Amino acid sequence: MSIKGQAFIAGAFEHPTRNAPDTSVAQLHAEVARGALADAGLTKDDVDGYFCAGDAPGGLLSMVDYLNLKVRHLDATETGGSSYLVHVAHAAEAIALGKCNVALITMAGRPRSEGVRTGTVVRDGNPAQPDLQWENPFGTTAVNLYALCAMRHMYEFGTTSEQLAWVRVAASHHAQHNPNAVLRNIVTVEDVVSSPMVSDPLHRLDCCVISDGGGALVVVKPEIAKTLKRPRVKVLGAGETIKGQSGGDVDLTYTGAVRTGPAAFAEAGVTPADIKYASIYDSFTITVLMQLEDLGFCRKGEGGRFVADGNLISGVGSLPVNTDGGGLCNNHPANRGGMTKIIEAVRQLRGEAHPAVQVANCNLALAQGTGGRLGTRSGSATLILERE
Amino acid sequence: MAISESQPFWDAATDDRFILPQCASCGRYHWYPRAICPFCFSDRIEWKPASGKGRIYSYTVMRRASVPYVVAYVTLEEGTTMLTNIVDCDFDALAIGQDVRLVFKPTGSAPLPVFTPAPATA
Repeated sequence: MSIKGQAFIAGAFEHPTRNAPDTSVAQLHAEVARGALADAGLTKDDVDGYFCAGDAPGGLLSMVDYLNLKVRHLDATETGGSSYLVHVAHAAEAIALGKCNVALITMAGRPRSEGVRTGTVVRDGNPAQPDLQWENPFGTTAVNLYALCAMRHMYEFGTTSEQLAWVRVAASHHAQHNPNAVLRNIVTVEDVVSSPMVSDPLHRLDCCVISDGGGALVVVKPEIAKTLKRPRVKVLGAGETIKGQSGGDVDLTYTGAVRTGPAAFAEAGVTPADIKYASIYDSFTITVLMQLEDLGFCRKGEGGRFVADGNLISGVGSLPVNTDGGGLCNNHPANRGGMTKIIEAVRQLRGEAHPAVQVANCNLALAQGTGGRLGTRSGSATLILERE
Repeated sequence: MAISESQPFWDAATDDRFILPQCASCGRYHWYPRAICPFCFSDRIEWKPASGKGRIYSYTVMRRASVPYVVAYVTLEEGTTMLTNIVDCDFDALAIGQDVRLVFKPTGSAPLPVFTPAPATA
């Protein structure tokens, strides 16, 4: 059994806010839920499955009650920023099994308003978590745990800061067309490598923005999708995993996408060469480069050359990536970029991306998420979507 | 801070002894310490004195901090790789592959296992 063709993304909504000091996180969840349902042409009462992750205040209990949903299927899978890609896959599984017909997935948060120094501060976490006593005392933060991967990648494969910078340059070229993006200025490789060093070799412009906001998706069974007016985006394949420190057999040269990419491609029955557009989680520039390798868009170690010279810029390169500006320029709500990765892939498949970045004849797209920290533990999730 | 399955490590550290968990069933060292072997799920974990010698697998100078510091993974002579700091050295002279040796850094509670460049061998 497979989820291929068993479910469609019928509604997608990205909150336009990037700074929401006067809106509660719960309210943001409600606003994106309403937005995605309106986009689909469905109502709250049509929802019979609900999905949320660690950003949802009070989890399923509070959110289902707050939104006043009457659901028969629930899922609060939490794998950091990759959670929402997993949710789409799980929603497709549930729909295929008849456990629900209309699945609502929401995410929202306001780290900017709350003054969270997302990348550079040691976060307490759960004191019962078995790993933190072996990490936090050494000053581990999001940025330095991704920097460790970048350093090793440079050592093993000769990747350069200038190559990493091209990921940011591409994002900035896309973000100039996104009126909601936090950063709309075009930057050059020189701008990136001359920005202040945060944690070697990652400069400030190798890091994503910190922003408020959120997004939501509505996943429905095929019979319902066919009754709706929106272009149909079919779920073709998916993969999910966690990659950790392997009991001390640490290998920082790859991400969990080495497992989730092949799984998703096999289920979808397509190859990387077939993909017209890719949303690739971009917490940091290195995150994109490594996932592109692991998904098979280029060979391991060749990511630096692959991303260089505008190869990720729509209309310029061979693989348009993150045409909304991504986490590097557009937004990174709740410090979780997986939702917006799916939403931009849906826009591309519907032909509703900004005309300046819309990929011609975009019938097949991939969305890739990473969650947690690539240097210690990270989720990976891959989705392959098709315009029907 | 410490929890029971890792307490022997911190107790030894307080005595300036560096020990590692080794599985008596599969023979492998692991990190971070667990009561159940992460390779074979045996509970026959034994604490073994370790050399404190290792090599930098990866490192980064965290500069966005009031006092810059180095986060690193060090691969120990015993074969397992641990997250740590590199201290008491010129951060800009560090390199992946460099030999390092363990030093215990005093803290308010148990000393922390960190590393410093090993003296150059002739």
